[in-house]
Formats: sequence, C-alpha cells, structure tokens
Amino acid sequence: MTEMYLQLSGGGRLSFGGDEFIFVELSEEMRIQQALTIQTLARTLTAMNLPGVTDVCPAHASYMIRYIPERVNLPELLATLQEVHEETIMGRPATINTRIVEVPVYYNDPWTRETLMKFRDRHHDPSSTDIEYTARVNGFESIDELIAAHTRHPFLVTFMNFVPGNAESVQLVPRHLQIEAPKYKSPRTETPSRAVGHGGAFANIYPSAGAGGVQLLGRTPINVVDMAQSCADFRERPVLLPAGTLISFRAISEAEYFDIRAAVDADEYRVRVADIEFSVGKHIEGWEAYNDELLEALQ
Amino acid sequence: MMQIIMPGLQTLVQDSGRDGYYALGMPPAGALDQRSYTLGNMLVGNDSRAAGLEFAFIGPTIQFQSDTVIAVTGAEVTALIDGEPQPMWASVPVKNGQTLSFGPMTRGSRGYIAVRGGVDVPKLLGSRSTYQNVQFGGHMGRALKPGDVLPIGTQIHSEDGHADRIRELDPKYLPSLDSGADLAVVTGLCNYRFTPESVQLFFEANFTVSHEANRTGYRLIGPALEFVERDVPFGAGNDPSNVVNLGYPLGSIQIPSGNEPICLLRDAVTGGGYVTFGTIVSTDLDALAQLKTPDTVTFTSVSITEAHARRRYAHNELAQIAKSLKYPWALETEREETQ
Repeated sequence: MTEMYLQLSGGGRLSFGGDEFIFVELSEEMRIQQALTIQTLARTLTAMNLPGVTDVCPAHASYMIRYIPERVNLPELLATLQEVHEETIMGRPATINTRIVEVPVYYNDPWTRETLMKFRDRHHDPSSTDIEYTARVNGFESIDELIAAHTRHPFLVTFMNFVPGNAESVQLVPRHLQIEAPKYKSPRTETPSRAVGHGGAFANIYPSAGAGGVQLLGRTPINVVDMAQSCADFRERPVLLPAGTLISFRAISEAEYFDIRAAVDADEYRVRVADIEFSVGKHIEGWEAYNDELLEALQ
Repeated sequence: MMQIIMPGLQTLVQDSGRDGYYALGMPPAGALDQRSYTLGNMLVGNDSRAAGLEFAFIGPTIQFQSDTVIAVTGAEVTALIDGEPQPMWASVPVKNGQTLSFGPMTRGSRGYIAVRGGVDVPKLLGSRSTYQNVQFGGHMGRALKPGDVLPIGTQIHSEDGHADRIRELDPKYLPSLDSGADLAVVTGLCNYRFTPESVQLFFEANFTVSHEANRTGYRLIGPALEFVERDVPFGAGNDPSNVVNLGYPLGSIQIPSGNEPICLLRDAVTGGGYVTFGTIVSTDLDALAQLKTPDTVTFTSVSITEAHARRRYAHNELAQIAKSLKYPWALETEREETQ
C-alpha cells in the first residue's frame, strides 16, 4: 500500500491516521443526507463488533475508526469497510434507532451575555451581541424570529467533537433554511458551562466552562455530560447526546431556567426524551411533516 | 500508602490509557511516554497496565507508609531515597517511612514512578489514568497536591515468579532522550489540501518545540505551508486551513493557517476544524513526549506498511527486554478491547 488515498467505490477517500486509525472522508462539504449515511455506517460498523476495532467515530462529513493492529488483518478489515461503506451509500435509506431529547434553553441569558461582552474586540460585529448578530446575518427581523427558527425543527447530532459531551448538531432542514454564523475572529478564553452556541451550520452545547469560538445564543439548565455517571439521566452513558441523537430546543424563561437548574442539582429533574426510529427515507420524502411527527414523540 | 509531601510541577496518576471512548470525545489519556511507563511496571513486577505516576520537569517528594519496591524511568533525573541517590531503570526497595525525592531533570521532560502493586485509585471506564480536561480519573481528576495520600494496590503480575529479584534494565535499551527527534509520519487525512511543494518542505524542515507543549499537544514552530486553491465547501469556514469539523487521530498533525503544526498527544482533542497533514506513528509519540522547548523535530514520511513494521519492532524490543528481566510479558495484555 503505497498510495496515500484509497478511493472507495460509492464515493469517499480512505487514508491511514498513523498505525492505529483509518480516516474516511465522504466529501469536503457538509450535507445532511451524507451525514445520515455516516450515522448509519457508524451504527452498522459498531454493531458488527469487528475484532480488534476499538472505536467507531462518526463526524459530519467523515468518519474514523481506531483499531489494534496486532488483532487485525488489515487487508480483510479494509475489505469489510469498503463493503459496508459501499452497501450503505448505495443501499436503501436506513432507519436509525435513536432518541429525541428536549433541551430547554434560556436564550439571550445574562451569563453568556456578560461573557461575550468581554470579548467584543474578537467579534466581527463589536456593536451587537452574538444573538443579535446571528439573527441579522441570517435575515431575521428580530432575536425572537431566530429563536422561533432554532426551536421549530429538531437538530441531529452528527459529531461529538473536541471534548466529551460536546454534541455538534445540524438542523434537519434544507441548506437554505439552515442558520449559519461565522466563528469569532479569534477564540474567547471563556465560555460559561452549558452555553448553547452556533458556528458554521452547527449548534453545540458547551459541556463545561472553557475557551470557545462560536456565537453564544443562550444557556441550558441541564447537564450534557456526567463522566462519573452519578445522575439518573446518565446511568447508561456518560454523555446525554451521543452522535445520532435528535435534539429539540425549547425556549424557556428565566424563572423556568432557575426551577430546572435547582431540580438538576438535586438530581430530581428528568430530561424529556423519547425513543424513536429515525427513517432517513421519510426525511428525504418530506422533511417538514416528518419533523413534526418526530417532535410529537416528546409530547 | 504513599503520602505526597511536595507534588512537583505536575504529577499525575497514569496508566496505559482509557481506550474505546474516542467517539464520545474522550481521548485515552495515560502515560505520554508509554514505553518508559511500561518498563517501570516490568521492573517492579506489576501487571502491565498497573497505574503509576508521571511527573513533568520537577519530581515530587513522596513518603512511603509501607515497605515496597519502586522504579523510576523516563527522563534523566536523580532519584533520592532519604537523600541517597538511587539507580534509575532498576527496582529499588523502599522501607516504611522513607522518602523519595528528586534532583533536577537533566535530559527529557517526563519521569515515571512505578510502585509495586500500582497506585490504587478507582478504575473509571476501564482505566486509572487522569484526564484533566474534564477532571476525570486518576486521583480526584487532578494533579497531585501536598497532603494527598495514595493507596498502593495489588496490580501485581500474577505469573511473575521472579517478583523478589532486583531487576535492572540493560543500558542498551535506554531511550535516547536527545534534544532532537526524527518522527515517522503517515501522510493522509487532509494532506491533499497542501501544495506538493509544501508537503516536501514539511519533510525537509527543522521544527522547534514551542512553549505550548503539554499533554494535549505540542505546537511546533517552522516554515509556513501553503494550500491548494479551492471553492469553500459548505460548512468548512473561509480560512484555507478550515475544514468541516472532523476527527483528529491520536498523534495527528493539524496546521492552522499553514503555520505552527500542532501534534496531538494522549490528552488529544478528538476533533476540530483545522486541516490535518498526517499522523505520527504511535511508537514515536514516546520520544515526542520527552521533548521540550526549544528542542528540534524533523519528520520522515513512512507508508502504513512501514508504520506497522516500526510498531512491531518496538513491541519485539519490549518482548526482548521482558525476557532479559524474566518478566512474563504478553502483548495481549497491552490494550483491552472496550467496545
């Protein structure tokens, strides 16, 4: 194997990330259907429990696997990957067994506002707040219109990026309706924990306080990571929103924010969640009606 | 029990790492110089995954509250028991009440302390390693502080019939700890984004380790690299070095804006939006972790076949060392499948 890239039939290029990783990029751009294919692929590969494969990591337009070279016959593994890759891409749209999770958000909250005001010199528009800027560059008349759009249709988590629990998600709407916002010119050194951000076409929720570079729209009172798995909502997994999960954002008031936060701290709050079968085919046929059907599962 | 009198600059409980959670955004963590860590466990007769201590630049002062056996490996440093110099890379008996301390580090940047039985912090998600970015694992998820008391466990190799003998590493197996390292890189990932001239330049250049060099990654200083022209793909971002956020393999090299490559170590961020050039072969990350500013780095391009050959070579050498130490090494114990 001397070529740097193997072209996969069905589309995509495979390369090696050193001696332990295989990296497959389907294309250089973000596309929702492609992201759904990657989620399907990752689920198939994970379910196959391939010997020697320790991690299957789906991302927005690519995926990665990690393997133990001593336990793997590399040509066989590559053949299997190629087969699954091609079958998934060429095959009928799949169904993803997953969950839809309601994430309450206090939009335009005082904590993210206080933080972002400290870093106006790093922003494209120092004279407005992040949420005002994001509303304006997306052609909304007001913050309220942006919030309405953000909460109207569910998001799909396509990549758990950077640190544990940081779910990057894309709204299940056609590209021309996706909210898009540039990142800061240079990253902030502070972000409140549980801040709800938006950068590029992706929403994310900062699991804990730290640096960050995307627009801050609000803050959720619920936790998205619990590495110790001490709270009831995290018994089965240390992160709330692994890749493949659907998120429905719901706008809440300051009073409700404090109520939920107090309940979370007492481990008395239970995240609203429903098991769903996400049909890629139904999304393709009629995303709008299908989103409404999915949201009903939370009612 | 071990009581921390002074913690040094940054002393962490580490082991072979917590594998299988990359997709959740969690890197393996674990000892950065896995070879030195593993040899420490061999020298004291531990299970090969037993937890030890990793210290950076300035060693800790530790009082032992029971009789035990320790081994100090990794960077070159004078280890002292009650003020008396002790050999590195050898098993050293320690008595209840005695104190381990360190002189200045003369070469390398990370030292390891193996203690017979291992450091007995709770095993979380299959490992005792500390992952500081989310305050997880190790001792309370953080670097050690004065007054911390660490229990010693029973992570002893069950088939080690020579546990009581004093073991000493043959000097021919010592790491080089030079102030420069040549690292093997498998190109791939987003390498196609760079011009062929820049790819060539990368492999000809000398890079300098910057001050930003920690367990997450090492930022290097070197020549500016250039990108192939493109139409900005949807979701990537306008800078030529931006990509749609993607996974970063352990050891991968990202090059924001074409300047100052960042090589990811075992506390890696698992993904991001910068173009990746290639990936350092895992067995070469040990040498990288022993560098410090202003050491130099060069890179050599290797094929995947060569990368696996180098890995095999490193493992065969560990097997030879184990044999010479009469330690019952088996590669199978090295990394668990956690999926």
